Amino acid sequence: MDQIFELLSITLGAILANNFIFSQFLGICPFLGVSKKVDTAVGMGIAVTFVMGLASAVCYVVNSLVLIPFELEYMQTVTFILVIASLVQFIEMFLQKSMPSLYTALGIYLPLITTNCAVLGVVLLNVQNNYNFIESVVYGITGGLGFLLAIVLFASIRERLVFADYPKAFEGFPIALVTAGLMALAFMGFSGLKVW
Amino acid sequence: MDIRRQFKEGLLTQNPVLVQVLGMCSTMAITTSFFNGLGMGVAVIIILTLSNVIISAIRKIIPDKIRIAMFIVVIAGFVTCVDLLIQAFLPDLANSLGVFIPLIVVNCIILGRAEAFCYKNGVAASFFDGIFQGIGYTLVLLVMCIIREFLGAGTFGGGLLNGGDGIQILPSQFPAGMLTMPVGGFLVLACLIATMQWALSKSKNKEESK
Repeated sequence: MDQIFELLSITLGAILANNFIFSQFLGICPFLGVSKKVDTAVGMGIAVTFVMGLASAVCYVVNSLVLIPFELEYMQTVTFILVIASLVQFIEMFLQKSMPSLYTALGIYLPLITTNCAVLGVVLLNVQNNYNFIESVVYGITGGLGFLLAIVLFASIRERLVFADYPKAFEGFPIALVTAGLMALAFMGFSGLKVW
Repeated sequence: MDIRRQFKEGLLTQNPVLVQVLGMCSTMAITTSFFNGLGMGVAVIIILTLSNVIISAIRKIIPDKIRIAMFIVVIAGFVTCVDLLIQAFLPDLANSLGVFIPLIVVNCIILGRAEAFCYKNGVAASFFDGIFQGIGYTLVLLVMCIIREFLGAGTFGGGLLNGGDGIQILPSQFPAGMLTMPVGGFLVLACLIATMQWALSKSKNKEESK
C-alpha cells in the first residue's frame, strides 16, 4: 500500500508540483524551440515521454548491473549520455522500419531529444533520489507527461500571441519567456499539493 | 583569425544566451545566488575551452556521420572531470548546483559551438572562441544573479560574502521573494533578451542612417 502511495506522490509531483519545465528548468530548449504549433508540440511531447520512460528503465539496469558492481559510479554521466544517444538512434531506426507513419510524424524531433536535458536530468535524478526500478520508470514517464502538458499548454497560448500587441523589443523569445514565466507562476500553486 | 572580433561576438553581438538563445536551462535554474552563477560560469568556461580545443584538433579524423556522438563523448569526459573536482574541493557549490553540473553535457552552448565553430576552424581560433563565448555566458549569469538576488532577497554576493548570507542591501521586508523562484528566472531573462534586442536594433539603425 505504501508503495502505491509513493508512486502516486511521484506521479503528482512530476506532473504538477515539480513540473520539469516550470519548477526544475529541465528541457527548456525544446520547450521554447518546438512550441510554435500545437501539433508539433504534441509530437515532441509524446516522443520525449517515450524516450524518458525507456531511458529511465535502461539506465537503471545499466547502473545497477554494470556501474555499481564494478565501482564505476564516476562514469555515470558519460555512460548515461551514451545510452540515451544510442537509445534515440535505435528508436529512430526501429520506427523507420516498423511504423513509418509515426516516424514521419516525429521526424526531426527524435534526434533533438538526445540533447534534451530533461532526459539526462530524469536519469540523474533517479540515481540521486535512490529510486528503485518501478519508481524510476514511473518518474520517467510521468516527468515526460508533465513536459507534454507544459509544452501543449504553452504552444496553444503561443499560437494566440500572434495577435497580441506587445513592445517590439519583446518580439520572439522574450515574450515567449514572459508567457512561460506567468505559467510557472500558475504552476507554483500546485506546490502545496500533498497526497495524504 | 581576428581576436577582437571574436571577443565582441562572444560578449555582445553573438552572446550565447542573449542572442543565440542557447543554454537556457542552466541560465534560469542556477542564477539564484552570486556564488552559484560564478561557479557555474567558470565551470562552463573551462569545459567549453577544453572541449573546443580537442574537437577542433581531431576534426579532420572524425567521420561526418558520427560526429555528434564523438562531440558528446569528448564533452562528457571533461564534464565528469570538472564534476569530480568540484565535488572534491567545493562541496557547497556541488550541493547547490546539484544535477546541473553533470547536465553541462547537454548544455546546447558547448555542442552548438562544437558544431558551428570548432568543426570548421583551427585550434587557436577555437580556443579563443571557447574563452570568449564562455565569458559571455558567465556575464549573463552574473547579471541575472545580481538582479534576482537584489530584487528577490535584497542581498548581494550570496554564498560568497558575509559568511554565505550575502550583504543585506534592501531591508528584508521589501524584496519580492517571487524573483528567486522559477518565475523570476523566466521574467528576468525575458527582460534581458528584450533589452539586448532593443540595443542591437538601435545600433543597426544607427549604422544604416550613416
